[in-house]
Amino acid sequence: MTFFALLFAVLIALCSTLLTAGEIPLAERRSGYELMSRETRAMQDDEATGPAAFSLLDGEALWNRKDGPAGVACSSCHASPRSESGASPRSESGASMKGVAARYPMVKKAGVRKIPINLEQQINVCRTERQKTPPFAYESRELLALTAYVARQSRGMPIAIKRDEAAAPFIAAGREAFNRRQGQLNLSCAQCHDDNWGKRLAGSVIPQAHPTGYPIYRLEWQAVGSLQRRLRNCLAGIRAETPPYGAPELVELELFLMYRANGMALETPAVRP
Amino acid sequence: MARVVVNAPKSAKRGEVIEIRTLAGHAMETGFRRTQTGELIPRDIITQLVCTYNGVEVFRAELHPAMAANPLLTFTTVATESGTLEFKWTGDNGYAATQSASITVT
Repeated sequence: MTFFALLFAVLIALCSTLLTAGEIPLAERRSGYELMSRETRAMQDDEATGPAAFSLLDGEALWNRKDGPAGVACSSCHASPRSESGASPRSESGASMKGVAARYPMVKKAGVRKIPINLEQQINVCRTERQKTPPFAYESRELLALTAYVARQSRGMPIAIKRDEAAAPFIAAGREAFNRRQGQLNLSCAQCHDDNWGKRLAGSVIPQAHPTGYPIYRLEWQAVGSLQRRLRNCLAGIRAETPPYGAPELVELELFLMYRANGMALETPAVRP
Repeated sequence: MARVVVNAPKSAKRGEVIEIRTLAGHAMETGFRRTQTGELIPRDIITQLVCTYNGVEVFRAELHPAMAANPLLTFTTVATESGTLEFKWTGDNGYAATQSASITVT
């Protein structure tokens, strides 16, 4: 019995080393920021008049806007970041959104099942359950603005995805998707982003695919967009099927990517080429 | 909704050259584009930005079609005295936006 237990443990250990063999060691992890041109980096560093500035301003306005029949704003439950230092009467109920974005996607109860949901989906859960209003559409200006505004408050904080019992199977599913060859080009995410990062794909540098700054302002889009938009881009690029926004497989991939970037600092709203 | 952002130093030394960055949220529709049915989309752009420093005009820009959306205009001036910088954008279809920034000169 103990022999089998030992054998099993050895097998598990072997499997996990094999699985992590292609992954990037912590010391070699690079945010996409480090692979960008000086000019693009300057755009990201200039937050006040950077290209995502209006998204943050819109987000702040939406955060404080009362909505729905209940007439509650986000700030009615969650204290605004400004009132953080002051003696806010609501400071007990979770205060500001600092550090929140570093923990998403998070496994939450949805009906009877527990599934991972990302920050956009959490905002829409709040909208439907607390504000009693229809959710924002994916990639709508409002949802991106609110997400950027919330995630901005975690800027500089390390990504901290917990791999607990509830999250582990979803992280594993995301990892499997990341390493699975798919599409007409028969490529996996890992083949570019683990094995060939730093090299070029046509004129662009291949980054390590750490989602450190979402929602990002992407120069190619001339707009702010979510991680799912980026993932769908990549999938279309390898001519694979693109799941719809909010699809569980996309959220699992998001969860795995964030877990893979654990410890890296958030840069929201980042600028990417 | 006119959305504008100004980024100017709060304080400066007398005689120092200060950089002012302004950003205006605007689609800057050129007037040359057409819809899918071939109708011309009418021009809708910001045509002018004027910056006055304590009432004295220090910068003026005329904008034309083919400027990027959300135009970011950066310019410099010399910090002469404490006061306010006033910015005024005007454009097609009655677009008007103002913003001000105060500066302390020592």
